[in-house]
Amino acid sequence: MDLSADIINILAQTVRLSVPLILACLAGLYSERAGIVDIGLEGKLLAAAFCAATVAAVTGSPWLGLIAGIAGALLFSGVHGLASINFKGNQTISGVALNFLAAGLTQYLGQSWFKRGGFTPQLNPDQRFNPITLPFAAELRNVPVIGPIYSGLISGHSLITYFAFLIVPVTAWVLFRTRFGLRLRAVGENPKAIDTAGISVTRLRYQALIITAVLVGIGGAYLSISAAAGFNPNMSAGRGFIALAAVIFAKWRPWPALFICLMFGFLDAMQLRLQGIKFAVIGEIPVQAIQALPYILTIILLAGFIGRAIPPRASGQPYTKER
Amino acid sequence: MNAPLPRWVEIGLLPALNVILAFVIGGVIVALVGQNPLQAVGIMIYGAFGYGTGFGYTLYYATDFVFAGLAVSLAMHAGLFNIGAEGQAYIAGLGVILVALALNGMHWALVMPLMIVGAAIFGAAWAFIPGYLQAKRGSHIVITTILFNFIAVSVMSYLISRILKPANVNSDESAPIDTVSRVPQLRTFLGAFGTSPVNVTVLLAIAALFAFYWLIWRTKFGFAVRALGHNPTAANYAGISNEKMIMIVMALSGALVAMVAVNNVGGVQGRLILNFVGGAGFVGIAVAFMGKGHPVGVALAALLFGMLYQGGSELAFSMPGITREMIVTIQALVILFTGAMGDMLRNPVARLFAPEAPRGKA
Amino acid sequence: MTGLNPDIEQRPPGAAVSALAIELVGINKHFGPVHANRDINLQIKRGTVHGIVGENGAGKSTLMSILYGFYHADSGEIRVNGTPHKITDSRHALALGIGMVHQHFMLVDNFTVLENVVLGAEDSVRLGPTFDRARAQLKRLAADYGLEVDPDGVVENLSVGQQQRVEILKALYRGAEVLILDEPTGVLTPAEADHLFRILRTLREEGKTIILITHKLREIMAITDEVSVMRQGAMVKTLQTKDTSPAELAELMVGRRVLLRVEKGAAHPGKVLLEVENLVVSDDFKVPRVKGVSFSVRAGEIVGIAGVAGNGQSELLESISGMRDQESGTIRLNGTVLSLEGDDGAARAREAGLAHVPEDRLREGLVTAFAEWENSILGYQDKYGKGIALDITGARKSAAEAIKKYDIRPPNLDLKTANFSGGNQQKIVLAREMERDPEVLIVGQPTRGVDIGAIEFIHNQIIKMRDGGKAILLVSVELDEIRSLSDRILVLFDGQIVGEANPATANEQELGLLMTGAHPGGKDVNP
Repeated sequence: MDLSADIINILAQTVRLSVPLILACLAGLYSERAGIVDIGLEGKLLAAAFCAATVAAVTGSPWLGLIAGIAGALLFSGVHGLASINFKGNQTISGVALNFLAAGLTQYLGQSWFKRGGFTPQLNPDQRFNPITLPFAAELRNVPVIGPIYSGLISGHSLITYFAFLIVPVTAWVLFRTRFGLRLRAVGENPKAIDTAGISVTRLRYQALIITAVLVGIGGAYLSISAAAGFNPNMSAGRGFIALAAVIFAKWRPWPALFICLMFGFLDAMQLRLQGIKFAVIGEIPVQAIQALPYILTIILLAGFIGRAIPPRASGQPYTKER
Repeated sequence: MNAPLPRWVEIGLLPALNVILAFVIGGVIVALVGQNPLQAVGIMIYGAFGYGTGFGYTLYYATDFVFAGLAVSLAMHAGLFNIGAEGQAYIAGLGVILVALALNGMHWALVMPLMIVGAAIFGAAWAFIPGYLQAKRGSHIVITTILFNFIAVSVMSYLISRILKPANVNSDESAPIDTVSRVPQLRTFLGAFGTSPVNVTVLLAIAALFAFYWLIWRTKFGFAVRALGHNPTAANYAGISNEKMIMIVMALSGALVAMVAVNNVGGVQGRLILNFVGGAGFVGIAVAFMGKGHPVGVALAALLFGMLYQGGSELAFSMPGITREMIVTIQALVILFTGAMGDMLRNPVARLFAPEAPRGKA
Repeated sequence: MTGLNPDIEQRPPGAAVSALAIELVGINKHFGPVHANRDINLQIKRGTVHGIVGENGAGKSTLMSILYGFYHADSGEIRVNGTPHKITDSRHALALGIGMVHQHFMLVDNFTVLENVVLGAEDSVRLGPTFDRARAQLKRLAADYGLEVDPDGVVENLSVGQQQRVEILKALYRGAEVLILDEPTGVLTPAEADHLFRILRTLREEGKTIILITHKLREIMAITDEVSVMRQGAMVKTLQTKDTSPAELAELMVGRRVLLRVEKGAAHPGKVLLEVENLVVSDDFKVPRVKGVSFSVRAGEIVGIAGVAGNGQSELLESISGMRDQESGTIRLNGTVLSLEGDDGAARAREAGLAHVPEDRLREGLVTAFAEWENSILGYQDKYGKGIALDITGARKSAAEAIKKYDIRPPNLDLKTANFSGGNQQKIVLAREMERDPEVLIVGQPTRGVDIGAIEFIHNQIIKMRDGGKAILLVSVELDEIRSLSDRILVLFDGQIVGEANPATANEQELGLLMTGAHPGGKDVNP
């Protein structure tokens, strides 16, 4: 096989596999920057994927599916907000509960409604977000170097993919260049400073949770109505946790988050590509080793062996006006 | 509003209300998809307690949940949230199978104690690492234990499919343990248990409940664990080493949940198979919160979840619309209402009891 | 301009303006059963520095939080420039021209000064234009009031004094005409405090009104025009500063003649029991806080460490008691060097015969979720029972004895410690530490947040320990307490012992100067 075509393929695959990670990771970034730990990303991703596939299958509209995915994530965010902002409960426990809730509900409702072992009906191409061919992709295909990169790597992704990549600079701008971003970062560091400035901590944190839900909702929809043609049980497959690891790895900054997610996506693509290939000296690389790599890298980071990951200072703590 | 609630409200009524709330919402979800939740409950209770085999299954599941619940509770008493029980139990399967295969063919009375030791060592080691990273490097234990669950899955699937699988076996599993060396199932002594897998490990679980109570409330170690959990600074003041305690507690927690492997690998499957833990470690989180970290509560919660698991399988036959996944939903709701929103009902309940409380000592 | 100040900007020029910047009428505030503010009336004249003094818990901070909109009064009226306002929240207070500098700064540590200043007062969605305007404004404020801070400096890298200036800038940037400062000098070095006072005087000259909350009478006398005294939630009196004296204010604060002199006989110091040599201790951020301290305490004497809070007292106590590792130096107990490394050093210190009443009983000394009897053995749990089992019967028995001897109320072994009053909680700690016959007792802030009756009891217990031949090291920020209990006083400033004094002869001014590092070199305060 042509090596450069192979590389383009792996990179295109990397992009596809990173999209849900990027969206979930940025989603987590908003919430954690506002001081709310979101262990429940995984559950939101799963719930959104289910809602999107269900509504797309029933209505035939991918756009309604997308909206349903967002709505599902919003519902979960709402419960998380209620538990961790209003009732000042433990955010970690709430997140864990939401993960189980998503795992249980999606399978239970899926089976009850569709009776296909938790799968939703197969979606037709017109019920999904399909790859878009960018202008001139066909014409430029044969131009050396840029041709294959443009038509093979940059063109040919779904709308959600382009959205995911667009949202990275937008997030960077919002966080560091706008009033909302300044307040968001402040509430995650020292909510008292926000409260004494006369700004509602509760409202700000809910706003963050809404953005989180929208992004992770789109990420979930991508899984079931863009990358795949329907929902299958546990289809998030730990991506929410990988995204959480990426948030930490990126030290809560959007641009590094993009690169970490691309790296994790690349590992995933390589794992598929390397299956069954024997190398000289080391032999075959076990799939499991590549699968575990993102987790192991994150643990090494958390242990402080490669830099230190310091979370926003108020993260995980409910805010109470003290007497 | 600071008047303390009566003790029975604090440890009885509030938790009970939270659990009831979780089940009511679960029932509403069942009703929403057009099934009758009360009928479902009837079938579940019969399926779980109505006949020997069913009850045996309930006890078998409850055995797992007691160990997992106690493991999570122990960590909770020290202020640690061990989400890694699932992975610790999985890795412990390795300890069980290595011991069992090494001694294969010997009598179970000799093998079982060593399986317990083997499981405990592996489970403890897998839990100790996040404990060490928390104590010495400050890595957040919630995140590390989640990650360790995933790593455990990769490690075990590699070991089972590449190393432990005998050449002549097709599916991904280890060589079997001889029947004489397996932990015997209770039906070999008592016919009443029908064809259920409940085995001698259930007795170990009962012993563990008593031992847990003694350890937490009757020993110096338990005193130190609780001091640490409530106030780490005061523990430091009292000369209790935070670092050592975190590592010891995590290792013990891993050793406790490791008994899930004895129950399943040594007692039920008789071999090491993929994903034999099947979520028991996660159920342990719900059991621990629902049981408030107390062995009586843990025992009751474990039985309840045992009932849900066994009764839930029964349901799948009688009411095809309800699958066992509903139980994961209930589990989630229980964690949500007893763990994350445990204080939601406190104020309304406190208002209810306000007239009785002594007032106004300004 | 800030655009946040409609009330003041819209005032027609030359209109009759009330001479009172702030007037509080009949303010009441309850927190549960606690009546924190009782029917408070207060008038604050424009362009003055108005002091509010009172003991801890007198209700000063609550009152100011109500004025700043952080809490809502149960009843009463707030008039700003003669007009009544219902202040709904801090933003509203700011709009009325009221700014507050909190005791614990409300800053985002890893933000720049500029970001902190504009936070909540941004006037555009994009930060760029806001920053430009704020930068110009800060430059002007710096020139007008001597409030120089680098706008691009990150707050956590600034000194405490600079951080406080950021807080003042925040208020001024929002157009504050009335500035409330809550215990502003508690964390400042003397030089920083001087700088602050210079700024406050300039602000007053520019027509701003300043409300200064403090419990330090020296500051009241130095800078205020008028002073109001609060006691137990009520306003006692407002006086012209020039017509009053510290003695009069102190009497008004406490409600009786301050007679903190404790009845005690002469000390009979014996052999050296505690010896500290060249001790160096750092805080959690590796900043040295105790910088080479040496002293000794003999059997049968109380050595008091005087100093402004934050000069290394906490680290000194934590180090000697084994809670915090030392960088260098030696600690000897009865001649034997203590090795206290590791986070279980406190156990070894106790083993060697050292007992410790910590500065903050809720944070350090008690597990409030524990029952009374459990806290009565905290730190001594290993002494109860053989092997790993805990001797609960024995523990309860000694707890019951302590309850009786120390008159701990309610006398209920099984009550959660959180449900005891501050004084009784302190007695639980004291009983635990004193009743095990230690050789050396170190005590931090023994009467902080404790009611008057319990204070006397606690002081007498400490004297009794001394007369029983124990060596006692006492740390307190209350100078009166140090003076009345100690047999010798050491003054700690900036992590070093800067002087020693005899409590019988030392005069307060001299001690005060030493404590604030202002005394020129002199080692001996006694004439």
